[in-house]
Amino acid sequence: MSVSHRLATLALFLCAAPAAADTLALTGARIHTAGPAGVIENGTVVIRGGRIEALGPGLAPPPGARVIDARGRVITPGLYDAHGYLGIVEVSLEPSTVDRHHASASYSAAFEIADAINPRSVLIPINRIEGVTRAVVTPTLDQTPAGQARSPIAGLGSIIHLGGPSDFLVARNMALYIQLGESGSAAAGGSRSTALLAFREALEDARDMAANRRAFEAGDRRAYSASRPDLEALADTMRSGRPVVATVHRAADIEAALRLAGEFSLNLVISGGAEAWIVADALAAAGVPVILDPLENLPRRFESLGATLENAARLHAAGVTVAFSTFGSHNARNMRQAAGNAVAHGLPWEAGLAAMTANPARIFGQQDRSGSLAPGKDADLVVWDGDPLEVTTLARQVFIQGSEIPMVSRHTLLRDRYRELGRAWPVQFYPGGPGD
Amino acid sequence: MPRLPALLACCGLFVACAVAPTATTDSTSPATAAYPSTYAPLPSRPVYISGAEILVGDGTRLSGGAILLRDGRIEAIGQALAPPADALRIDGRGKWLTPGIIDNHSHLGVYPTPQVTAHSDGNEMTSPNTAEVWAEHAIWPQDPGFDTARAGGVTTLQVLPGSANLFGGRTVTLRNVPARTAQAMKFPGAPHGLKMACGENPKRVYGGRGAFPMTRMGDVAGYRAGFNKAVDYRDKLRAWEDGKGGQRPARDLQLETLVGVLEGEILVHHHCYRADEMAQVLDVAREFDYRVTSFHHATEAYKIADLLATEDVCASIWADWWGFKLEAWDGIRENAALLHAAGACIVIHSDSDTGIQRLPQEAAKALASARAMGLELDEAEAIRWLTANPARTLGVADQVGTLAPGKRADVVLWDGNPFSVYTRAEQVYIDGALVFDRNDPARQPRSDFMLGILETARVQPGVQPGVQP
Repeated sequence: MSVSHRLATLALFLCAAPAAADTLALTGARIHTAGPAGVIENGTVVIRGGRIEALGPGLAPPPGARVIDARGRVITPGLYDAHGYLGIVEVSLEPSTVDRHHASASYSAAFEIADAINPRSVLIPINRIEGVTRAVVTPTLDQTPAGQARSPIAGLGSIIHLGGPSDFLVARNMALYIQLGESGSAAAGGSRSTALLAFREALEDARDMAANRRAFEAGDRRAYSASRPDLEALADTMRSGRPVVATVHRAADIEAALRLAGEFSLNLVISGGAEAWIVADALAAAGVPVILDPLENLPRRFESLGATLENAARLHAAGVTVAFSTFGSHNARNMRQAAGNAVAHGLPWEAGLAAMTANPARIFGQQDRSGSLAPGKDADLVVWDGDPLEVTTLARQVFIQGSEIPMVSRHTLLRDRYRELGRAWPVQFYPGGPGD
Repeated sequence: MPRLPALLACCGLFVACAVAPTATTDSTSPATAAYPSTYAPLPSRPVYISGAEILVGDGTRLSGGAILLRDGRIEAIGQALAPPADALRIDGRGKWLTPGIIDNHSHLGVYPTPQVTAHSDGNEMTSPNTAEVWAEHAIWPQDPGFDTARAGGVTTLQVLPGSANLFGGRTVTLRNVPARTAQAMKFPGAPHGLKMACGENPKRVYGGRGAFPMTRMGDVAGYRAGFNKAVDYRDKLRAWEDGKGGQRPARDLQLETLVGVLEGEILVHHHCYRADEMAQVLDVAREFDYRVTSFHHATEAYKIADLLATEDVCASIWADWWGFKLEAWDGIRENAALLHAAGACIVIHSDSDTGIQRLPQEAAKALASARAMGLELDEAEAIRWLTANPARTLGVADQVGTLAPGKRADVVLWDGNPFSVYTRAEQVYIDGALVFDRNDPARQPRSDFMLGILETARVQPGVQPGVQP
């Protein structure tokens, strides 16, 4: 690689503004669409204007298109992190770099994680070059000082794409996050009941405020349990039907969440759900999806005594929509290893892929734009050198909204800088990059 | 968020954590004799496994051969090995066979699940030097994590104290067998290790209280102060023993451990992330004339791969953990690849009750990254990161880690290539005894703790308890 080419690559990386080719065709690949088209052998994908223009078996590339030979490769939709912290955490143990929670008792439902997201986080290239193209960014509850009761409502989450800083927010405030079970109890005064009670009271207040807005503005309503912005966020949640994602593990706590969701007609999503398989039938009947980590099989807490590697397989068999997450930030890329393990423990392969693509998109109302490969959808896709659920498989090229992502990250630069030790000058003289 | 609290409990905040000397008894180790292993191999019959793809653990591979286990030992292994009449024959065709997996960095038993306050026994965070505490005295043999690790092929593991302290205490090496006491799991004759820690954890735990050490300067000063006292103690003890005068120094359990390090009887396992800190620790080891057996976590080992190779110190690492704290910021997936290229000793460790269940997958990620760099590396080599190399860091390489005749019959039969995400351990043997069989519920031991949870939870009118979860 020439110096100028290298600098150009570096500049591209640093600006994180990859250029979209006019029309691009990937040919000869095995394409897992995660959509109605199923699996396409010898498939072609045509990308134009950031969207998928066409795809199908043996399709001839349109005239003038740049053609990338993808024979022997596997193409899937880009992966979704269904619950995590990309863009709001750099170094987990350095609080100055962490925005996932706040210690203020003044805000709950109105806390918008979107305003804290950094699309230039170094975690983003590290994860996107391994196939993660979209991430649900999730607020969480901070540890509450002993004796202080707070709301179990963490705030509003957003979805970002990982393709660079321009228009990175693809869905703002698309879901409300609450925590029940042990973490909710810890926040809300020490009992699961107070967590549920606090949430119910806030919902009732929001409903009352929405129905009596004029009186409320005139100061002619009873005192409410939450601030005006919080109540607005809750009223909006009930009106719009936006997902309410509850972090909860114990079967009994999931059942309590289901009752509450029924009472207020909430669009409930279970997150964590270590014991969800025990109440799989009730979840299926209520149409409530579960976001889980398939590797969680130890009785880590008393609320997850029933954790099992077969959680995903059993939920799927019962008809529950399942999505995966590592529930982390730095290694969101490892969700496909988790998916592979779910498949090793009974989940059908296609369901394993869907749990990282189509299912999270559908859970959060993104299915018209992402999560599967079909004409008209955003061109978020990954070219793999093998089975994407296999740990020895690598992403060879990633596209986000049609842009060919430079396969460079801070980690690849470190790798290249240290590839050769003992050179004439200290490593700091070498810029990092292939051939330096 | 199951992952983060686990990380904070184990590795991030507090954690968690060669040469092969032969353990001898002398004046510094009366304690070793007083706390013996009561481990005894479980009953077994001769087992003959043929046809499996065998990764021997010494860098070689044997296709279409066979292995014979008898009386707890590997009796024979080879291409043309006939089945003895008295052996149980197992058809290994289509399967893979490896030495038992060895994890040299675990907190099972001292940070067991459930991770409740009552179970937090891995860090004696009351002084930066607690060289006198022993992990084995806190092991809860009923930790359900031992069972799930065994189902992942782990037959030997080192349990370490956490990394809150500069000197965290003595480690213990265990046979991963179900047992009622820690003594019954102790690897007979395995040397003790000493857990030491660099960097952020001791700084945070003690500096956060306004106590020593508050800085990395304090960390190094603390190591030196500890070993300085130990040298003095050892010299006084020797002088008295040799009749050269002086008083016998009052027995000091803390210094006894450090003298064990100076004598080469106790192996140092030093938790250290940054390259520059590892280089500092090697200087301390030179000043006091002891050896560092392995750096643990060592996310920046690749930056000094040449130094580690020259000094012959193993790097015990994760495949890809990084960024949970600043000293782990530069952890890259090619750490193992770059160490391999420099000829350094690599161990893939878990430091995790989930990671320990699939160490071959972790090695597979490192292997794939190495191949992507153009390095020639295969499964036969990579399995050493999980077998022979950790055995070396635990001082038990003469007994386990490779499939050589005479060694302990610790063997895993996998239902496919162990470096695949879809592969699971089918049978696990420890000293020739079948301790796990995926196809036989009677050979899937479960901890006391797991009894009566799901069986009774699922009781409904008309439904009988006792259902296997």
